[in-house]
Amino acid sequence: MKKVLIDLKNISKSFDGQMVLDDLNLYIRENEFLTLLGPSGCGKTTTLRILGGFESPDKGSVIFDGKDITKLPPNKRQLNTVFQRYALFTHMTIAENIAFGLKIKKKSKAYIDDKIKYALKLVNLDGFENRMPDSLSGGQQQRIAIARAIVNEPEVLLLDEPLGALDLKLRQDMQYELIRLKNELGITFIYVTHDQEEALTMSDTIVVMNQGYIQQIGSPEKIYNEPENAFVADFIGDSNIINATMIEDKLVEIFGTRFPCVDTGFGKNKPVDVVIRPEDVILSSPAAGRLKGVVTHLIFKGVHYEMEVTACGYEWLVHSTGMYPVGTEVGIDVDPFNIQIMNKPASEDEEAVGTNE
Amino acid sequence: MNKTESLKKKLLGTPYFIWSVIFILVPLGMVFYYGLTDRSGVFTLANVLAISTPEHSKALWIALFLSVIATVICLLLAYPLAMILSRQKNGRQSFIVLIFILPMWMNFLLRTLAWQTLLEKTGVINSILEFLHLPALNIINTPYAIILGMVYNFLPFMVLPIYNALSKIDINVINAARDLGANGLQVFLKITLPLSIPGIISGITMVFIPALTTFVISKLLGGSKILLIGNVIEEEFTQASNWHLGSGLSIVLMLFIIINMLLTAAFDKDGEGSFL
Repeated sequence: MKKVLIDLKNISKSFDGQMVLDDLNLYIRENEFLTLLGPSGCGKTTTLRILGGFESPDKGSVIFDGKDITKLPPNKRQLNTVFQRYALFTHMTIAENIAFGLKIKKKSKAYIDDKIKYALKLVNLDGFENRMPDSLSGGQQQRIAIARAIVNEPEVLLLDEPLGALDLKLRQDMQYELIRLKNELGITFIYVTHDQEEALTMSDTIVVMNQGYIQQIGSPEKIYNEPENAFVADFIGDSNIINATMIEDKLVEIFGTRFPCVDTGFGKNKPVDVVIRPEDVILSSPAAGRLKGVVTHLIFKGVHYEMEVTACGYEWLVHSTGMYPVGTEVGIDVDPFNIQIMNKPASEDEEAVGTNE
Repeated sequence: MNKTESLKKKLLGTPYFIWSVIFILVPLGMVFYYGLTDRSGVFTLANVLAISTPEHSKALWIALFLSVIATVICLLLAYPLAMILSRQKNGRQSFIVLIFILPMWMNFLLRTLAWQTLLEKTGVINSILEFLHLPALNIINTPYAIILGMVYNFLPFMVLPIYNALSKIDINVINAARDLGANGLQVFLKITLPLSIPGIISGITMVFIPALTTFVISKLLGGSKILLIGNVIEEEFTQASNWHLGSGLSIVLMLFIIINMLLTAAFDKDGEGSFL
């Protein structure tokens, strides 16, 4: 495992009496693409601003490479930020924008010129040196903002919803661009977004946050396939979240019907939440399924059909390549390893299902 | 755009067109007519060239000198003030702006007269100073009093455009500069100051032009000892009844104003700093 570069310890922060972060603990490894993911107001941007030095935590400390940098101002930190709305210096040319940090550090002119060339090449904007920021498109401006940050060779790049203002196609292109950049530079990226798809596409590690608490930390696959609670399941992708009872290890009762599963350690006859992804619901003839239902909605989505099936009073969301017309009686089944069991939230504080954006 | 629409727009513009003709173009034409003719109506440059006589050029130089000083003082006072103002929270910001605009609702003449009362040899300020056994302040009827009057009257016109320009600067632009290693002074010199230049320029114009042309402030606070070019022109019209000389000198003054406006236009291309 790579070494831990940043360690956030017991960070708390409130604004005007409103708790934004409550005792947050998080470490970030070297060379990691880590995404803070959550709805607006979940504390993800505040966490990033604390890392950048633009906010200071009420409690707790920020450890960077073994040193406490909690009280260090932004200009003394070895990390650079890419802001949501680019924040380019509109009174300077592109070259002057990129050179800004290097000039402050009193680098030689030859070095700066080299770096400008290199950075513009890296973000595919060669020859833009003498343009003004206003004459560039949103995507180009964002790439300049990235170039301006990386010429300083930071160990960590902080990105605050950098693609939020771009249109869908550009956003997807930029996602690949960012992955490529991260691999070429070999530095740590800390990325803030509320877009789950963006997070799943780019990250090594996703930190799902809600209401100032970390809900789950894990790889994109783990977050998607094994959400730890209903909030994560609901926030990441579509899902069926159902009240169920854990009868015993590897056996769960859903709407009175027992389903074999693979989870253990929840105890006996304990109420739990069950997550079943829409693509994991198997539709068949009524006799073949464990539950019976009726198709109530059908939409063609291109890759698959999206159906709603009412069974046992619950609207199941189903993605399938097979088509069942509205009104068809169907059987529902789920493979054991596709049933994800989650504990019910233990307290109010942990109650995670907030309002989505 | 089709014809009827353009006609409609022209129609809507008519009142402003008539207004401009009656209150701007006609007076301007009259100034030029009187300024460039003598009493018998013959063309002459004598009225304009009269600025070179010692008493007129002295009045012009004093006016230029005092208004430059007043503008500089306004700028030095206004910039920090505008900065503090732009960093306040929204609710408090509009309250402080209101406090600044409030005196502007009172008549300009009254405000200047008030200063006369305050500064008089036996005025309010000196009474208080006397009461406190401090030396009296004798600046009434001196250039200092004129500068004070100019600064007092025109300060809001400097504060507001600068404040306007400063509050348009995205906080993340400042943050980005700090993030890239700039300390407070570097952020100010490289980011805040350059981005507020349109505000500064328009503030300078809005203070310098009225200060240069004023005759009320110099009359009320400078006694009759210090004549600014504004006073000279005023006297030509009201006392000497020499409209030709007054207009000729006005043309010279206009030249200075036009130079100032051109400089402004060159710096403030987007009209960003304009407040009113």
